[in-house]
Amino acid sequence: MNARFLAPLAVVAALAAGAAQAQNLPNLRIGLREDPDIMDPTLARSFVGRIVFASLCDKLFDINDKLEIVPQLATTHRWEDPKTLVITLREGVTFHDGERMDAEAVRYSLTRHLTMQGSFRRGEITDLEAVEVVDPLTVRLRLKQPSAPFLSQLTDRAGMIVSPKAAEAAGRDFGAKPVCAGPFRFVERVAQDRIVLERFANYWNAANIHFNRVTFQPITDSTARLANLQSGALELIEVTSPSDVPGIRRDRRLSLTTVDGLGYWGIIYNVGNGARAQGPLGQDSRIRQAFDLAIDREALIQVVYEGLHTPSSQPIPPASPMHVRDLRVTAPNLDRAKALLREAGIRTPVAVDMMVANSPELRQAAEVMQSMVAEAGFELRIVATEFASALQAAVRGDFQTYLSGWSGRPDPDGNVWTFIHSRGAQNDGKYSNPEVDRLLDQSRAESDPARRTALYAEAFRIALSQDRARSYLWHPKTIVAHTTRLQGFALVPDGLIRLQGVRLR
Amino acid sequence: MWGWLLRRLGQIIPTLLILSVLIFALQQLMPGDPAIIMAGEERGDPQVLAEIRAELMLDRPIWEQYGAWLWRLLHGDLGFSWRIRQPVGELILEKLPVTLQLGLMAFVIAVVIGVPAGIVSAAYRDRPADWAANGIALAGISTPNFWLGIMMILLFSVNLGWLPPSGYVPITEDWRQSLATTIMPAFVLGGGIAGVFMRHTRAAMIGALGQDYVRTARAKGLPEKVVITRHALRNALIPVVTLATIELGRLLAGAVLTEQIFSIPGFGKLIVDAVFNRDYPVVQGVVVVTALIFVTLSLIGDLLYMAINPRLRAA
Amino acid sequence: MSATASPTGAPAIPRAESPVRRALRRFLRHRLAVLGLIVVVVFVAAAILAPWIAPYDPVATSWSRIRRPPSELHWFGTDENGRDVFSRVLWGARASLMAGALSVTAALLLGVPFGLLAGLAGGWVDTIISRITDAMLSVPFLILAIALAAFLGPALENAMLAIAISASPIFVRLARGMAMEARATEWVEAARSLGNPPWRIALVHVLPNIVPPLLVQATLSIAEAIIAEASLSFLGLGQQPPNPSWGSMLNAAQRFLTQAPWMAIYPGLAIFLVVLAFNLLGDGLRDALDPRARGR
Repeated sequence: MNARFLAPLAVVAALAAGAAQAQNLPNLRIGLREDPDIMDPTLARSFVGRIVFASLCDKLFDINDKLEIVPQLATTHRWEDPKTLVITLREGVTFHDGERMDAEAVRYSLTRHLTMQGSFRRGEITDLEAVEVVDPLTVRLRLKQPSAPFLSQLTDRAGMIVSPKAAEAAGRDFGAKPVCAGPFRFVERVAQDRIVLERFANYWNAANIHFNRVTFQPITDSTARLANLQSGALELIEVTSPSDVPGIRRDRRLSLTTVDGLGYWGIIYNVGNGARAQGPLGQDSRIRQAFDLAIDREALIQVVYEGLHTPSSQPIPPASPMHVRDLRVTAPNLDRAKALLREAGIRTPVAVDMMVANSPELRQAAEVMQSMVAEAGFELRIVATEFASALQAAVRGDFQTYLSGWSGRPDPDGNVWTFIHSRGAQNDGKYSNPEVDRLLDQSRAESDPARRTALYAEAFRIALSQDRARSYLWHPKTIVAHTTRLQGFALVPDGLIRLQGVRLR
Repeated sequence: MWGWLLRRLGQIIPTLLILSVLIFALQQLMPGDPAIIMAGEERGDPQVLAEIRAELMLDRPIWEQYGAWLWRLLHGDLGFSWRIRQPVGELILEKLPVTLQLGLMAFVIAVVIGVPAGIVSAAYRDRPADWAANGIALAGISTPNFWLGIMMILLFSVNLGWLPPSGYVPITEDWRQSLATTIMPAFVLGGGIAGVFMRHTRAAMIGALGQDYVRTARAKGLPEKVVITRHALRNALIPVVTLATIELGRLLAGAVLTEQIFSIPGFGKLIVDAVFNRDYPVVQGVVVVTALIFVTLSLIGDLLYMAINPRLRAA
Repeated sequence: MSATASPTGAPAIPRAESPVRRALRRFLRHRLAVLGLIVVVVFVAAAILAPWIAPYDPVATSWSRIRRPPSELHWFGTDENGRDVFSRVLWGARASLMAGALSVTAALLLGVPFGLLAGLAGGWVDTIISRITDAMLSVPFLILAIALAAFLGPALENAMLAIAISASPIFVRLARGMAMEARATEWVEAARSLGNPPWRIALVHVLPNIVPPLLVQATLSIAEAIIAEASLSFLGLGQQPPNPSWGSMLNAAQRFLTQAPWMAIYPGLAIFLVVLAFNLLGDGLRDALDPRARGR
């Protein structure tokens, strides 16, 4: 009786002071595909970790559904010249430990990303030369050279600002108890079981946060994850198995949210990495082209991924304004493929090994390709390799072809440079063409999107259409399923789960 | 007897040492550079990889790594997880109660199903009751764990909605929820072992029923019920109890797949994830602790075995 | 297992019928064991004859017939690549039975000699072998297998090797226990005092006595090995695509449990049946070969 009478008052009070509201807010349970790695923005590597960070650590900038860079902890930015970036910070932002988020904290965090031993952010902001504190709410970043992708790096982990006091005190163990300036603060983590976050009352955007607690639970088995959602033990899950989608669509208590992702899957041909590049496939681009022509991407996606994903022949997704529209998706053409093999003068069937990470979907995708390329005259042997071993084999060049994926970055440079530039660290096939290198470097320094797109178009014409360094196959969709009681949820192409404005009825 | 026990206890240390050497050798043989795996998608910067290797001593020879590990172990330090930077000792203390709870529940289920089934089976040998008991118990052994687990999730969680499909609630937090989350995996785990218990009990009972004292008891005209419970069962249970200690150890091992299916954050899941992520300090720590538990159980098993078989005491 | 079958003293010499005949007679009376034998024979025949009796090519894909429910055309339905599940179950019997039989044979060849050596030699030889056995048994089987498979690369042969290595300690223990008991008996002591070398004692006096329990354990181990192969394939560490094994079929089926349950039911049923059959067979063998159960 009393409680019911007081409820409207509580709402009024809550509007005045966000803190009092917390008691009445619902909790949210999210099912992740795997246990995130260390929760330190400087040392973190995994994609699922980024999902948790989205609720824990705000960044200087964020991206929106059109992949435009929008303010978060920063309010505005301005290029003084191509090598000097001035950022104005939001006023009145505090970290979870009550410390002020100011220019000094930004300087500290960026320096930490740049200098900490084992930092995985260093490569992302390697162009950063110095950070200057202009006044408590203004920082000036000096770059070594003009860099178009630089700003977009600050929309991800490299742009996360941590509390200098907490980071200094915890040292390398900061990831066990991260202190940031995001909508939720860290409560506890039980490895492989859950990560619990709690509403941060003094969050600068607290009026848009409608949950008291958020619990992230890693459940590796996709069937079990979905079963948890269906039984009401979770409110939202990552869907990793498209075959679950029809069932989710039929279930009236569940809804589905999808978005075209930034990543891709494709085939890396070993063209220059050690002895295994020496076969006809690695040495003759006509054979690789024949292989590419034999793959019916539409059918592959239909069979393996319920037709959900988007077929592709390039690394830049259609969601990006720099997607090269003239580079069409390869239409399967068996006659042309056979003709190319005859032209190359090779005896069929051509034996080809394909390394695949050991997951049921990828193995199925490989099996589908196996039967497709067989019709053109290839004998594809699938080498399903446990993930850890596959990574090592890729680095060492112990593969002929490798079916491999990338989670994608907002700026196209993050999807291209490191994979087909001759100095790219993830250029596992060791493709090398000075002209392509020149075009990619030029695109990094160019700020005009239209001109960058033209540079990518030219680079792809050489590296993909002519040299056939890789065959890109599809851009995966990010799929999230949640109870219909959850409202206002939307995905941005990066596939992260943002809780601002989301409510549970 | 005491001398034997001391000797036996003294053997535990070499066993664990042999094991730790085996594990280190195995991890050295395993492909997959832990630094590259840790980096994952971020393996872009060779300098970062070099820094990781240096920090984790991966750039040192294997014997040096082993020495450092052993030295820390002697000081009670199992190192920290490379992947999430949490002390291994802490992780183990966090996970051990989970698997122990699961294991004990499974053990109870196995005994409750297995032993009576074995007695019935032996008492009504070659009759329908024997076949039925055999069939049911063998069904447990013959069904793959992972398969049974998935089927149970589909039936009890998805279709009927009676039980949470996965996850775990500690018994200290909410014992009802805790039982609800562990009953299915415990059943899956215990079901297989129940069959083993049934077989042991049946064999031991058949053996006991063929003994002279049972014949004497029968000849005296005692009712069959009394013959079975008083005379045969008491003797038959001793080897069953002995074997049960060993089965308990195997049960911990069997938890590996079950915990994977039900997403139970226990020992099994800890070690499988650690192997796949090449998180070696966790692998080493878990293996050594598992081995310690197992060796202790097998020692208890040996003691019991000696207690029934005095002839071996001299050996 | 060693606790249940322990021949103490010299084996009784039957006068009326040979031991083999008697065992056979007793085995045949054990109806469930005979049923088990029949099922095993049927599966072995299916495995051998798979190329001739399978209605479809087990690896032939058909995109227009993906995940079709069981029908007259496809008795067990089709899988995610439009392949005939019945044909794949038949071919899968090859992988499973081979994995079971070969890995247990290897485990026997590995485990029994070491066990006999430990039991007969005693002393430090016994200590070393027992400690290594303990050490191996203290690693969860699946972990050892996962690690080995990761080291060797996922393949059916490597999975079998991993299973063989993991299954051998139980044979070491069994053989050691029997050898130790035999050593304590008068007739082995007599043989030793007559100057027989240890290898002769092992071959002539110990081995024949431990054949029955070994045979029983081997049958049961085959059942375990088949499940182990399925588990490894289920984790993706066994049979490689597109070749079928029951475990890898279950692995693929796991994603389609609600949409295409037949993909999981039939291979699961096949594992269940064949493992059950081996277990029944092992039981029957135990009863038939147990020297203490004479006169039955």
